[in-house]
Amino acid sequence: MPEVNIFEEANRQLIICNACRYCEGYCPVFRAIEIRRDFSQGDVFYLSNLCHDCRACYYACMFTPPHEFAINIPKILAEARIETYQRWSWPGFLARAFKKRGITVGLAFVAAAIVIGLSLLLIPESSLFTIHLAPGAFYEVVPYVAMVIGGLILFFYALAVWMRGGARFWSETRSALREPGGFKALISSLTAALGLRYLQGGGPGCFYPDERPSSVRRIYHSLTSWGLLSDFVATTLAFIYQDFFHRLPPYPLMSAPVIFGTVGGVALIVGTSGLIWFKLRSDREPESSRAVGMDYVFLVTLGLTALTGMLTLIFRTTAAMGSMLILHLALIAALFITAPYGKFVHFVYRSLALLRYEVEQRQPQKHVGH
Amino acid sequence: MQEYDVIVIGGGNAALCAALAARHVVSRVLLLERAPEHMRGGNTRHTRNIRCSHATADQFFSGPYSEQEHLEDLIGVTGGPANLDLAKLAVRESSKLPAWMSAHGVNWQQPLAGTLHLGRTNRWFLGGGKALLNTYYQTARRMGICIRYDALIEDLVIENGRFDGVRLKSGDAEEFIRGRAVVVAAGGYEANIEWLKKHWGDAADNFIIRGTPYNDGMLLATLLKKGAKAIGDPKGFHAIAVDARSPKFDGGIVTRLDALPFGIVVNQQGRRFYDEGENIWPKRYAIWGGLIAAQPGQLAFSVVDSKTIDRFLPPMFKPYKADSHEALGSALGLDPKVFAETLTEYNRATAANTEFRIEILDGVCTRGLTPPKSNWAIPIDRPPFYGLPLRPGITFTYMGVTVDEKARVVDESGRPFANVYAAGEIMSGNILTKGYLGGFGLTIGSVFGELAGREAASNARG
Repeated sequence: MPEVNIFEEANRQLIICNACRYCEGYCPVFRAIEIRRDFSQGDVFYLSNLCHDCRACYYACMFTPPHEFAINIPKILAEARIETYQRWSWPGFLARAFKKRGITVGLAFVAAAIVIGLSLLLIPESSLFTIHLAPGAFYEVVPYVAMVIGGLILFFYALAVWMRGGARFWSETRSALREPGGFKALISSLTAALGLRYLQGGGPGCFYPDERPSSVRRIYHSLTSWGLLSDFVATTLAFIYQDFFHRLPPYPLMSAPVIFGTVGGVALIVGTSGLIWFKLRSDREPESSRAVGMDYVFLVTLGLTALTGMLTLIFRTTAAMGSMLILHLALIAALFITAPYGKFVHFVYRSLALLRYEVEQRQPQKHVGH
Repeated sequence: MQEYDVIVIGGGNAALCAALAARHVVSRVLLLERAPEHMRGGNTRHTRNIRCSHATADQFFSGPYSEQEHLEDLIGVTGGPANLDLAKLAVRESSKLPAWMSAHGVNWQQPLAGTLHLGRTNRWFLGGGKALLNTYYQTARRMGICIRYDALIEDLVIENGRFDGVRLKSGDAEEFIRGRAVVVAAGGYEANIEWLKKHWGDAADNFIIRGTPYNDGMLLATLLKKGAKAIGDPKGFHAIAVDARSPKFDGGIVTRLDALPFGIVVNQQGRRFYDEGENIWPKRYAIWGGLIAAQPGQLAFSVVDSKTIDRFLPPMFKPYKADSHEALGSALGLDPKVFAETLTEYNRATAANTEFRIEILDGVCTRGLTPPKSNWAIPIDRPPFYGLPLRPGITFTYMGVTVDEKARVVDESGRPFANVYAAGEIMSGNILTKGYLGGFGLTIGSVFGELAGREAASNARG
């Protein structure tokens, strides 16, 4: 049972960390370690999702391999994290995707293929490869109903599996500590998540891709997450324009949906490319090879989704619009069908881990000193 | 023929400070680190803070710490430095260190939880000693300092008191590198068990060396052979109690045990041998290495019960655990009857005591017991009982080479060598004679490293 081994190994390392504490200034993981003496499985699950993989602790540690203590916190927590992703995903045969990358890639391809196949089958060639300029142009290619129903099903499916996982995270990582809620804890954890507060290595930046700290990775990650949020806003605005103001797309370049969409799209392309570029060059020692594969699948899918979105915008007045739109929709389908079975899930568990951290740090604690 | 302005021998804090300071003055600086890259940095790897004088509180110091108070603390702990002028120099110059360190890339953090008693006097660098070293090595590389790892020094070539170069062994080949001045910052000899045996006999086989296995004292021996004047007790070392199950070398901070004042300490015969409640723990933990070194087999056991097990920092190694005194004695490999008797006597002598306060000298003491426990003495009577095996864990040795106020190494006649400098543990015996003041090893290394590097570089420039 690899899960037992990972858990035991994490436990062994965390006990050594707790006797050392030099990394306390880097991130919440170490401050969460210090208010514990033993580490239950739930504690390991919680700490593994609290870790942002900034790797400061790895380079600062005098006990990394080949030292016989063999401490490698970013790696063991990455491995524990994958266990939690699989454990809390659903259904079981798809949750295996976290260990078998083929399943994720397969799912993505099947979803994309269905969109493309159905389009080729159902959309008349005359409509697909001609220029559409009138309001509702996109719907000339793919009917509005098909787009909305397909999109909503995929979105709510992903959301449901995420929420189920989040609920399991919360119940399984509950510690013996009393945990009153708190508005301040919620706000602080939200700003920590949105601002990537802990991708800073305690100040100087992430130790990524190598031992020289820099803030570049945090910038790439911010571009990615804020780009995605911006595109989400664009989609929501377009929905409001259309269903409340009865204005059909395409919208002018200077309209809110297009501005949000373009800013988000460019940010996503730059952010995901940067993260992929960094990952290619990153130090192999503190990472889990299984996690890396999962990261690439997510980053590539997300980056291509943004790229095809931008291409649809660029070519929307040409005969290529139909093809670009189909490709974009195919990638959105791939992104959302794999959303519960790939790296996308990390935002759910990390946000909740940050909330748990903010809550437990606000309780009266008894620190045992040096 | 390779030639450098300044050659620095060593790879820890003092060596890096010397190389960085030298590079501000001259262009050709070579640092020779004996360890492989992943083990670079000597005992600095295990440090976490530095003691500095400062007139006012700031973001990282909780209050002022005057030179006067700093010097008094030093004198109080060491019983008087070997060279008061050098001690004053270190204390005075330490006030410039935070700015100097920041300028060379060092990041800071608040004191670690549980170390607030040092928050006013000491400053914590983010992530500890290895992070500090990584920063210095990156800065050194950026400044164009040449760095060589696995650099095993065969000999220093010194003619008529003047250093000419180093003979280096790389693989099977020998190599000579010429230098206009040298800074030796290569640490002490605590990892050289044979050397320790000269003074401690076979007991040294039972010592645990808390830091780098590379501090074998070869450069110290070389300097002494070349006529440098020794300073400090050759038998002297700083040692604390560590878990007997620790690795022989390099276990660092995680092997130390803070359980001792919470219970009693017995030797291999199952008997107590020293007052466990003599003084508050941060002031007294450093005597236990020597005390255990003097016990049979260099072994002792800290014993507590379920009342106190959660009150000290959780140890890395699981304590032995049993439900009766006898059973714990057997688990620890002791004569269970003698061990149980010791506990019975101790419990009788503490029968009236229930509560204690570890932060202060609370006067909760034994009655009619020898040796006494003067504070925090409550019965060990609530099972399960816990035992931790202890050995002396050696941090550093005191003996080194004598230096002057320019960090020049002094020969037996009292004259300084023309261009040979020393910094760090290898010369800390000029100031520390016994005892230790937390964070002061780095103070010595940084002040004298910077001084030695600067002086060596001006000397080389001529």
